[in-house]
Parts: sequence; structure tokens; C-alpha cells
Amino acid sequence: MLGRLTWAAIPFNEPIPLLTGAVVVLVIVAVLALVTVKGWWPYLWREWLTSVDHKRIGVMYMALGLVMLLRGFADAIMMRTQQAIAIGDAQGYLPPDHYDQIFSAHGVIMIFFTAMPLVIGLMNVVVPLQLGVRDVAFPQLNSVSFWLTASGALLINISLVIGNFARTTWWNYPPLSELAYSPDVGVDYYLWSLQISGIGTLLTGVNFVTTILKLRAPGMTYFRMPIFCWTALATNMMIVAAFPILTATFAMLLLDRYLGMHFFTNEAGGNPMMYVNLFWAWGHPEVYILILPAFGVFSEVVATFSGKGLFSYRSMVLATLGICVLSFMVWLHHFFTMGAGANVNAFFGIMSSIIAVPTGVKVFNWLFTMYRGRIVFTTAILYAVGFMVTFVIGGLTGVLLAVPPVDFVLHNSAFLVAHFHNVIIGGVVFGVLAGYNYWFPKVFGFTLDERLGKASFWCWLVGFYLAFTPLYVLGLMGMTRRLQHIADPSWRPWLLVAELGAVVIFCGILCQVAQLYVSIRTRERRRDLTGDPWNGRTLEWATSSPPPAYNFATLPRVQSVDAFWDMKRRGVSPIGTAYESIEMPRNSSVGFILAFFAVVIGFALIWHIWWMAILGLLAAVITAMAFGWSDEREREIPAAEIAKLERARLDRRQPA
Amino acid sequence: MSTATIDTRPAAVPATVVRGRGGGGPAPKRTVVAYGFWIFILSDMIVFAGLFAAYAVLAGHAAGGPTGAELFNLRNVFIETMCLLLSSYTCGLGALCAERRQPARFVVFAALTFGLGAAFLVIECTEFAGMVARGAGPARSAFLSSFFTLVGTHGAHVTSGMIWLVYLVAQVVVKGLRPAVLRRLLCWSLFWHALDIVWVGVLTLVYLMGVA
Repeated sequence: MLGRLTWAAIPFNEPIPLLTGAVVVLVIVAVLALVTVKGWWPYLWREWLTSVDHKRIGVMYMALGLVMLLRGFADAIMMRTQQAIAIGDAQGYLPPDHYDQIFSAHGVIMIFFTAMPLVIGLMNVVVPLQLGVRDVAFPQLNSVSFWLTASGALLINISLVIGNFARTTWWNYPPLSELAYSPDVGVDYYLWSLQISGIGTLLTGVNFVTTILKLRAPGMTYFRMPIFCWTALATNMMIVAAFPILTATFAMLLLDRYLGMHFFTNEAGGNPMMYVNLFWAWGHPEVYILILPAFGVFSEVVATFSGKGLFSYRSMVLATLGICVLSFMVWLHHFFTMGAGANVNAFFGIMSSIIAVPTGVKVFNWLFTMYRGRIVFTTAILYAVGFMVTFVIGGLTGVLLAVPPVDFVLHNSAFLVAHFHNVIIGGVVFGVLAGYNYWFPKVFGFTLDERLGKASFWCWLVGFYLAFTPLYVLGLMGMTRRLQHIADPSWRPWLLVAELGAVVIFCGILCQVAQLYVSIRTRERRRDLTGDPWNGRTLEWATSSPPPAYNFATLPRVQSVDAFWDMKRRGVSPIGTAYESIEMPRNSSVGFILAFFAVVIGFALIWHIWWMAILGLLAAVITAMAFGWSDEREREIPAAEIAKLERARLDRRQPA
Repeated sequence: MSTATIDTRPAAVPATVVRGRGGGGPAPKRTVVAYGFWIFILSDMIVFAGLFAAYAVLAGHAAGGPTGAELFNLRNVFIETMCLLLSSYTCGLGALCAERRQPARFVVFAALTFGLGAAFLVIECTEFAGMVARGAGPARSAFLSSFFTLVGTHGAHVTSGMIWLVYLVAQVVVKGLRPAVLRRLLCWSLFWHALDIVWVGVLTLVYLMGVA
């Protein structure tokens, strides 16, 4: 009846996951109770859960990403603490079985459920506004995407309480991840949660490529698009080209595990290295899927706060597209040690070094943009400057690792761990935090507290160097990654410094939370009434903060790059007064309902509860068909109402 | 879709500057929907590319079990192929009728398409069942795992295409060939033709090269 699911699935004898799980469940129950008692359900359902507004969906993505950042960080600090304690005779507090689950969960959560939602959230909020249009190409599909991502995140957190998570690292390499060596539910949690959220991400890719290529304000030719839109276009094209590879690969591993097939097994002709190749054929583009939008954020932030147009816009676009193409030709550098031979390794080593060139072009463009600019040192540009220094170091260690003989020495060492955290924290996390500080007033209508923002930045920056520079040293000393116990006591000082770094980063996160809290408390003082708090250059600053549901009452006419800057210079109002009726997408519960059934299907398949999986699938198909039958997915806002809304909006607004 | 409404004030931007560079404002809904669906099909093609790559790697790994030359029957595969190619033709004729707002003719061609698709599936299922009965199931060897997965995924696509077709015919019958229904039909026919292209790859790589 319940497949493999029994009371033994609840970890009653393991205090750490049980306690954590209990706390999480308590918090969720408390939040649900609060919402029920306060009677917020109708509001939540109407305005958020069923919303198809790209700004709302973007905010929900960001919220998901930030919550999962806390979960992933908890895993990180547990690992750091274990490595700082379990040296020599001491065994630490995490048994190997649990430690393995923690480093697997940390990687999966940080890549798929923190970095991806944060980056996609920023694109959701910003791209339609920068393009000067009213929503994405397929607003209801956008809601489906978000809720499927949330379903994946939910499944992975269920594994904390019911059953266990994979002990197979975030790559989940076979044959370890095959049924023979990982017979319990951990790997199935991994596979199904990533399959479900992967569909969501793929649909986002389809949606945004279509949006950027087919829906732009009149006059916005390709070479008048803001750089963030270019990087979003490149990222989403890579999502469309790379994520299906991951889906196909995981499907093959699932067939191995569920139907006894032999894609990646050691027996009957299977080939485990094929998994590794396919995984990284997705995995390397994924790195750039995450970093390109961050590059876009930095381009906007640097130009705005230097008071200058971006230096060499066209070379920035070319560099972005160059990275987009080259990122598909370097995957083998993740496993030079496979033994493909000198020629193959040489090719991928050279390609990996070449991809550093367009990135270098970008760094010079940002530097030349700042050169002789009137720089306003806000939190956002501090992150940009911190990024430039940190990312260059990370990039250089990357070029070092791209040399195959060096890689043979450093493969799977702490040096590698330091390298990719260097580019992901210094690049993606700093980029997302810069974007969060930069666009927050646009979304919520008030600015964030600068003092706490800067405190948070310094904690992140210093904490990052304290936490990861020691890992470079340890890697060169011969420490491999994922050690549950450290045999060599001479590594202790470095591991203690790394632990201190993690604590400093934690202070940064606390400052972040405090910044949000203080800013909300003092929001009346920090209202952005102009819609343009930073003297911005692109169209998102042309409408009010927060923008009306339809973004622009009339679509702006674009005549140059930095369209809004150009309009301000010419003294032209970006939004006209010849109002016409506007068609807006209707809210839809289809995303939420489909995602609910996706969780049911995923959970049923993980625990082999076949009847539940079939019922869930049928329900999902019926839901999709019911939605596909409706023809009225838009509502019209009449011109008179637009005029009324706009008058109220202009009354609130002060001259910029 | 919100963006389908275009502000119709005289453009401040000279048309000559923006023509051909996407500067003319948001595209009409039909274009957006078809374009988006094309992108989705491209992503689906990449799923198949992954499965093709796996098949190419594993095709020689029969692990002492039966090989393609022993299992494949090209006569059946030829009939199968003809069914599918012909169904693309009838699908095209159906799409033309739909564009001309001839629902009755459309339904006839849709029925033909469905029948040819069903014939294809019956032949494929018979082939699969025969192989499993001979002890050549998907768990026998890496070659057979990749064979059943690649061909079976295509078959699953054909099946879902047929279910989708029945659903759309129901929409045509109930609601008529209105613009929303026409857009859905356009997406469906793109999907159906794409499955043909995949099948050409399957026929070549799996069957023709498999018996050679």
C-alpha cells in the first residue's frame, strides 16, 4: 500500500536531522497557523499564489532562493565545523553517513535551489521592465515554472524528515548512484526533485528566449537592449540547450534504477563515464547560466553609479555571446583524469583558457566605465568592485586548473573547492546581492538601508577570503575534498581560519536579515516617489516604484541604448498620455495545482507507491487539459480606468 | 497576453531604422505562440540528442546478447516509416483545411492522421513485445537499454501527440476553428512534424545502420 514507506523512514535515532526537521516543521506550522488566524489566505491566494505578474513571480523566486540559501549555509557551516573538530584522534560530531548527505545536499541546494531561483528571480523582475513591455511571453507558464521549482525544493526538504538524502555528492556519479550501491531512497530524492525543478527551469528558458526576441518596446532593436537583457538572453538560450541534456541523463539513470537497465552500470555493457560526460555537458554551461546574469547586473550597476554609459557596449554583447557558445566546448576539463588521452585533454585545456578571454574583455569594460566616472559608492557598486577583484583571482586559479598536468595534481582537492567557491560566491552571490540592493526599491517602492547593506558586504567579502583562501593552501598541501575526518594535524590552523570565515559570512547574512527588517520598519522615510532613485539609465526606472500591474500605461518609444537616460536628456516623458485599453493576463491557479500533483508524483515514485503515482499523473493531465480548454486568459483594463490609475500614480509622484 | 496590445500612436522612430532588427514593437500573439513552441521543440530535440548520443556509445555493447542485426526486421520498419511519413502528409492537409476554416474536412484528416499514428504504434509495440518474448528486453544489455529508451521515447511522444490530437479535435468540434484553437493546432502540427524528423534519425542510426 505504501511501497517502501514505513515508520523506519523517520530518523528517530539520529538527533541532528530529527531536531532540525522538527524545528522546520514547527516553523512551517507556525507560519500556516499565523496566516490562518490573521485570515490572510484569500489575499495570499489571489495576489501571490495564483499571480502571473512577472514581478510577483520574481519576488517569490527570490524569497525561495534566500530561504534555501539559509538551508544551504546551515549545511556549509556544519561541514566547516566538522572539519575544524574532527582532526587526529577526535571524530567530530557528524558520522560519515550523515556528513555525506550534508555535502551532497549543500551542493544540490546551493546550485539548483539557491543560485538558480535567485538568478531567475532577478530576470523575472527586471527583463520585461527593461524591455519596456507588460509581461513575459507566457505569463501562466511562468507561474508553472516557479511552482515546479518550488516543488523540487519541497521534495528535497522532505528528505530531511522522511527517509534520507543522497550520499553521492551533488554530481551523483554512477556506479555509486546505481541501485547496487545506493539502494535506499536518497538518490531517488535527488533525481526526482531535480527532474521536477528542471522542467520548471526549462520552461523559464523557453519563456524568456521568446520574450526577449519577440516582445520589446517599439524601437528597441537588438543593439539597443540593455546589457542585462543580453545576458538574460544568453542564459536562457543556454538553459534551452543544456537543461534537456540533464533531463535525458537523469532519465537514463532512473531507468537503470527503476527498470534494471544498463546505461551506467558496470555490468552488461554499461558505461559510467558516459554519465560523467553528459552531466558536465550540462554542468559547464550551467556555470555560465548562473554567472552571465550576474555579469549583466554588474554592467547595469557600474554604469548607473559611475554616471556614464557602459564602455564598449558592443564588445560586451559579443563577449556575452562568445561565452555562451564557448561554454559548450569545455566540459571535459571537469575530468581530465578520465584518461581521454593527451590530445583530447590538450583541446579542452586550450578551450578552457580561451573562454577566459571574453571574461577578461568584460572586466576591462567595467574598469573603463568607472574610469573618470563620478562614482557613487552605494552597496550595489561595492559588491561590483568586490566582485571584480575576487572574480579575477578565481578566474586565474581556473586558468591554472585548465592546464591538464596541473589538474592531475589538484583534481578533487580543496584547491578546486576554493576555486569554484571563489567564482560562485565572488561572482554569482555578489551579483545577486548587488542586484537585490539595486532593484529592491523598484519592486517594493522603498530603498534598503545602506549602512547595514555595507556592513553585510564587508562581512561577505572578508568572510569569503577567510573561509576559502585557506582551502587553496590546503589543496596545495594535498587535502582532498569531502573529508569527514582529517588525519594530518598540521592542517588544523588553516581549517580553523576557514571556520572563522564561515562565521564572518554568517554575520553578513545576519546583517542582510537586519537590513531587510530595519528597512521595512523605516519604509515611510525611505519611499522612492520618483521611480528613479539612482538616476538610472534603462527603462525599468521610467515607471513608478513599485510599477503598476501593467508596467507602462503606454509602451515607451526607444531611440538609443540607455533609453531612459536618453529620454531624460532630451526632456521627453517616457510614458505618454494617449491611453488605450490594455489586455492583462488573468491570474491562474494551474501552476500551483500542477506543482502540488508534481510533489505527489515525485513522492510516490521515490517511495514506490505506484497507485499514488498513477493517480497523481492522471490528476496532473486532467488539470492541464482543463486549463488548455479555456480561451479567456486575458482581462481588459479599459482606457478610462488606466487614465484614473495613472492620474493617481502621477499625483503620488514627485518630479525626479 | 498583455503585450499583444500595441500602442498605435505614430512611431517616433523612423520605420527604416528599425525594420528587420526587431524594433517594431511586440510581435502578434500567433507569432509569439508559434515561436515559443518552436523553442520548446528545439529543447525536446536536445533530449533526443542525448538519447541518440547514448545509443551511439552503447550500440556495440550487446554484452553477449542479441545484436541489432539479429533483432531488426526491416520490412516492418519500412511499413512503420511509411505510416508515420504519410501521417505527416495528412497532418499537413488537415492544417490547410483548418486555416481555410473547413472543420469537417479537418476532422477527416485528423482521423486519418490518428489512424496512421495508431498503426505506427501497433507495429512498434508488436516489435517490442516480440523482442521481450525472445529474452531481448531492455534489461538484457546496454545496447538494448539504449534501444528501448530511444525508440520508446519517440513512441511515447507519438502517443502523447495522439492524445493531444483527440483533445484538440474535441475543441474544434465544440468551439469551432477560432483563433485560440487555431494557435493550438499550429503548435500540435509543429510537434507532429518534429516527431517525423526524429524518426528519420532513428530509422537511419538504429535500423539501417543496425542491420548493416
